[in-house]
Amino acid sequence: MSGAAGLKKQFESVLGGALEWQARPAPELVRSGVPEVDLATGGLPRGCLTEIFGAASSGRTSLLVAILAEAAAREEVCALVDAEDAFDPASTAAAGVRLDRLLWVRCRHNAEHALKAADLLVQGGGFGLVAMDFGDTPPAAARRISLTSWFRLRRAVEHTPTVLLAVARQSNAKTCASLMLECAREGTEWAGESPAPPAGQEACPTLLRGIRVHIARRKPGRAVAASFLCGALE
Amino acid sequence: MFACLHGPGNLAALAFEFSPVVERTAPDTVTLDASGLDRLFGFPQDIAAAIARRAAETGVKANLALASNPDTAICAARGFPGVGIVPYGDEAKFLGPLPVASLAPSLELLETLERWGIRRLRDLAALPPLGIAERLGPEGLRLRELARGEARRKLVPLEDPPRFEDGIDLDYPVDLLEPLAFLLARLLNGLCTRLAARALAANELRLRLTLENRAAHECTLRLPVAALDPKTFLKLLQLDLAAHPPAAPVVHVWMGMNPVKPRSAQSGLFVPAAPEPVKLELTLARIKAIVGEEHAGSPELLDTHRPDAFRMSRVLQRQPSDTARLRRVGRLTIGPQVSNLPHLGFRIFRPPLPARVALASGRPGFIAAEGIRGKVLELAGPWRTSGDWWTSDPWSRDEWDIALSDGAIYRVYCEPRGWFVEGSYD
Repeated sequence: MSGAAGLKKQFESVLGGALEWQARPAPELVRSGVPEVDLATGGLPRGCLTEIFGAASSGRTSLLVAILAEAAAREEVCALVDAEDAFDPASTAAAGVRLDRLLWVRCRHNAEHALKAADLLVQGGGFGLVAMDFGDTPPAAARRISLTSWFRLRRAVEHTPTVLLAVARQSNAKTCASLMLECAREGTEWAGESPAPPAGQEACPTLLRGIRVHIARRKPGRAVAASFLCGALE
Repeated sequence: MFACLHGPGNLAALAFEFSPVVERTAPDTVTLDASGLDRLFGFPQDIAAAIARRAAETGVKANLALASNPDTAICAARGFPGVGIVPYGDEAKFLGPLPVASLAPSLELLETLERWGIRRLRDLAALPPLGIAERLGPEGLRLRELARGEARRKLVPLEDPPRFEDGIDLDYPVDLLEPLAFLLARLLNGLCTRLAARALAANELRLRLTLENRAAHECTLRLPVAALDPKTFLKLLQLDLAAHPPAAPVVHVWMGMNPVKPRSAQSGLFVPAAPEPVKLELTLARIKAIVGEEHAGSPELLDTHRPDAFRMSRVLQRQPSDTARLRRVGRLTIGPQVSNLPHLGFRIFRPPLPARVALASGRPGFIAAEGIRGKVLELAGPWRTSGDWWTSDPWSRDEWDIALSDGAIYRVYCEPRGWFVEGSYD
């Protein structure tokens, strides 16, 4: 028996049982702001990369805004790296996000800049949430982000209290993501009717009331699904 | 040897040009320690001439007196106009013609001396010390010492306001940022050490580079909190110079810091961690070097109904509550208090995409824009808004929310210039 193995056995006998030396402590989970998602996933892990993906109008941004609002409620400082300059401050503020505690980095259609900025923010530390929004980045451009970059981000965020989030059309981070959520739109709800439609026209709704979002956890473990309704502001 | 300047003007600045030990004796009187100036200028009359010459150059009109002790110099400067040099050992004789009132005794003592017929300093100097001590007490003895030019005391030095500035004249022009960084590091280390010695920090750093073509390149870094880390300052300067490089090689470097008290804050045990301000500033500078100066910060909503109206401001700078502002301008119809539903997110296309819209029964039926093409399956609208009609830049539009056959929900609007896709609900 080698010296190291002997020492290990001796140590375990003193502590009263075999120890799982490679086991990592479970990451702290924080609420996402959507109870249905929290029930399905347990929350978002700190110090890990979480990926939210889905097609356009599938509710990815609604979930992102809810997560930002929840982080704002925890008085955390958040950063949003916006690869496509698609962030809407007005609707986000109305959702309860404190804009003065949000750092918005506008990368103007440059995914490489977004990755660099996210890396700097994670290395800088102190942020409760760093979100990367590749929601409108063409899939071909998002796929060009090398797996090495995702690994680098995953390593950078490890052992920090930061929740690292990536929003995209499809999954890009693959094995680097600790939690993967796929969004899909289940339905759309409309409300109201135009008061007096012109002659020969049918009355049509005047408001988009919201969309019903279906969330499926793709990783870790077996798929777990949930759905929730997002309400429109106007 | 001591010199005294008496008169109007900025006497302290003049005195500091000749000595580091300067006393502001009165608002119109300044006394300086002139010992050692003889090695620079020579005899006392040469020292007096140098001071008088500099006073004339700076426009200061003051009496000047040099004496072996400060009080004699003060009496002489106050009593005699122009420039006076009191010979060592003849102080009493020199001051003798001056009136007793020039020593500013108390009114009661002055009346007593007047009754005794003592009106000049020479009369006071001739009185026996024992008799004065018996009749006039310590104040009388003090006046007699002054009248005889025998008073000895030390100056109470005036603090020179500390200036944290430094500069380097270069032997040859520097045209690369890397060697310039070494010079900047040298200046920063010196200035930060001086600040640390006085328990101060800096919240503003000014850099002025004199270029070979005689132009000046200036940059000012303002930190949200005071800092004292030369490495941080150096990195910020390097990033700024890399973003805005000087137009020509540098021949002179000047740097100044604004001294302030260092930040002292005790954070709570249960307060969520926030980015350390100086580190955040450095991170922001690095990010701005990548994405551009105006593309990183906190969005601040403007008080208007105009869509997508915001400006970028410094992060972690307290703003009025945006939700409250939205409510005030009436844009928020379903707020957090009304509904607990997650809010429907909206993604904006910047700039809005020009669209070709085929109308069916007065409503959008088919839409084509860059990257978007499809038949309208469902729609809501129109939602008519307008504003700023009282300005030169009015706006008005009809908004429609449409579900398109490509699977997405968009907000399109029609304005006098045509149809546009503003963004998508997500």
